[in-house]
Amino acid sequence: MLSVKQVCICPAGRTEPLFAPLSCDVAAGEVVTIMGPSGIGKSTLLDFIGGHLGRDFVGLGTVSLDGCDVTHRPAEARGIGVLFQDALLFPHLSVGQNLAFGLGPAPRDRAARRQAIEEALETAGLSGFADRDPATLSGGQRARVALMRALLARPKALLLDEPFSRLDEALRGDIRDFVFDHIRRQGVPTLLATHDAADAEAAGGPVLRLAPEAP
Amino acid sequence: MTGHEGWWLRLSVLAAVTLGFVAPILAGLAQTARVAFGLDAGLSSDVAPLAALAALPGVGTSIALTLWTGLASTVLSFFLAFELVMWTGGARRATSWLAPLLAAPHAALAIGFAFLIAPSGWIARALSPWATGWSLPPDIATVHDAWGIALILGLTVKELPFLALVMLASLGQLPVARLVATGRALGHGRRASWYWLVLPALYPALRLPLYAVLSFSLSVVDMAIILGPSNPPTLAVAMTRWFQSADLGLFAPAAFAALLLGLLVALTIFGWHLGERLVAAHARRRLARGWRALRAPRLGAAMPGVAGGLVAAGLLALLSLIVWSLAWRWSFPHAVPERWSLALWRDTGSGWVHVLAETAQIGAGATLLSLVLAALWLEGETRGRFRRARWATALIYLPLLMPQLAFLFGLNVVFLKAGLGVDWTAVLWAHAIFVFPYVMLTLTEAWHALDPRLFQTAASLGAGPWRRLLTIRLPCLLGPILTAAAIGFAVSVAQYLPTLFIGGGRVTTLTTEAVTLSSGGDRRVAGMYASLQALMPLAAYGLALALPVLLWKNRKGLLGQG
Repeated sequence: MLSVKQVCICPAGRTEPLFAPLSCDVAAGEVVTIMGPSGIGKSTLLDFIGGHLGRDFVGLGTVSLDGCDVTHRPAEARGIGVLFQDALLFPHLSVGQNLAFGLGPAPRDRAARRQAIEEALETAGLSGFADRDPATLSGGQRARVALMRALLARPKALLLDEPFSRLDEALRGDIRDFVFDHIRRQGVPTLLATHDAADAEAAGGPVLRLAPEAP
Repeated sequence: MTGHEGWWLRLSVLAAVTLGFVAPILAGLAQTARVAFGLDAGLSSDVAPLAALAALPGVGTSIALTLWTGLASTVLSFFLAFELVMWTGGARRATSWLAPLLAAPHAALAIGFAFLIAPSGWIARALSPWATGWSLPPDIATVHDAWGIALILGLTVKELPFLALVMLASLGQLPVARLVATGRALGHGRRASWYWLVLPALYPALRLPLYAVLSFSLSVVDMAIILGPSNPPTLAVAMTRWFQSADLGLFAPAAFAALLLGLLVALTIFGWHLGERLVAAHARRRLARGWRALRAPRLGAAMPGVAGGLVAAGLLALLSLIVWSLAWRWSFPHAVPERWSLALWRDTGSGWVHVLAETAQIGAGATLLSLVLAALWLEGETRGRFRRARWATALIYLPLLMPQLAFLFGLNVVFLKAGLGVDWTAVLWAHAIFVFPYVMLTLTEAWHALDPRLFQTAASLGAGPWRRLLTIRLPCLLGPILTAAAIGFAVSVAQYLPTLFIGGGRVTTLTTEAVTLSSGGDRRVAGMYASLQALMPLAAYGLALALPVLLWKNRKGLLGQG
């Protein structure tokens, strides 16, 4: 369970927040959608929750996972995965090594690691792609690898920042179903930031709208 | 999660750079000033330093020569580079011809240029006796001439490619074709449109590189020893001789001259800046009155030819180094050696292997040290998530702005007084002072250009800051890191004064050897050392280009961004 309480974000050195304070609880396997006009600060909100907020913003409020406050932890100690509109596969690693990066150092046994990676590839419909250069994959294949990499890290929550907006119209539906299906199956609480109503509908969860604070 | 991250890292790197590079420079400058103003008991004399300097023969001529050669070569390089760029229409293809000249150390290029234009040089040989009637080298001073023409041309051959490259890089951001078309539609000629419309738009990006060229040309020592007038020489060469002489009485006037040269550089740059504003104001008035430049000066039409000729001369100069190192018998006026031989290269006992190894060792060490410091500095910026402050920028580039001679002399005195043993590690450190700013200059943009979301993704997968640095950022930056390393290595190989002053004659590199040999009789040996000096940076650049292609053969995403 991901809980966000009274979160608001101000540009550094200013007092007007980007949007009215936001609170929500996201249960395991649930996808909560955050909508709002572009520039309102959807990505900045996700940055705050994930621990990536830059110096040009100041965030207030708390983020907790399963009742544990993580607001002041660095990103790598939160266990909150992120998917962006670009898959952002590490360009110097093979597809398999990208997945292994997500796996972390946890299973030390080589065979176990290889098996986990092979299973993830199979799930993504990419069996035998372990040694491929990520640059040679199609957009849809990359998106699926990125999701698998994020899930292999066993995140306690997942943030999706417009993850489908760069995909072809034809692919978008398939990838969307694939992503939501796996999120539900693994029971990861998920926040989705989007401006596409079809994304929100497919997510099937509650929809929150960010709006400027009433004066 | 905010600026506290990497606080210790930033503090440690800052301390290393400040104590290791900046403090010694300031200590050196202070020591030079003490000697110059007679405050150093051990080195003071009864005569006031200014009077002592003025009493030295030829000082006035030296100052005049310094200003004349520095200004003339900068103006010439600037206009010829612009003519060359105009002639190619801003095509970047031209850069491949300029690359060897950019990579070659000044001393190597100067030695090759001397081989080319000397009375017994390649040009005279190629034209003799059929065109000139000379069967013996003519008695004309084409090198070391009293007017410094050879030095001016040599400096131009080296600086023209640099300025042309800077111009080509900035032209990419200008709508050149449209500017020229507009100019012509309004009744200006093509050349006039380049001069009156493109140049003013281009100039802001050229200002700092031009100041750097000007400052370098006024204080250059190695090229001026090889090509410049010898009696009296330019001020920088004169004071290097005084510093090197056994007569301690010359130290105070030399130190005073070092400060004077620093002042001259500052004043010349200031004067150039005033000149810029005068020219700009005058040009604006003329253009505002509706004046049309249909034809540029007739002389101008020949300028691209002159520029191309100088580039060709530079390439021939580099070639002549290798030819001489392979010549066994080559009497005047034969155009090519009569007998070739690999004997010099085969004679590994003659010492060249040792000098090569020492040069490589110092260059590699200084580069590695600078790279590690630069990476840690940049990583500190990344973790703090802020832009570099102006004072930090100034701190990094300080060694490039300070008059080299002035602080190296003082540093030398500090070393002598402290009784510090000088070996190659001291020279390595002295080189690193100058390598570090270039490495930072090359690496900074590429470092910050990497998509920050790549690292947010890595963090969200549980990777801490060190793992992100070592497993993501450094491998992704392999290309830029190797390029920075090659530039740093080339800078180290080209250093003359730091080796001379800090090495105190006990540490020799290819550059100090080549400069010493250039005044000796045997061109074959000088040619060999200078070829090695020119080939080392080229080899480094070659590796920097080839390695990423080999290592990332199957990683298109890294090769594409280049």
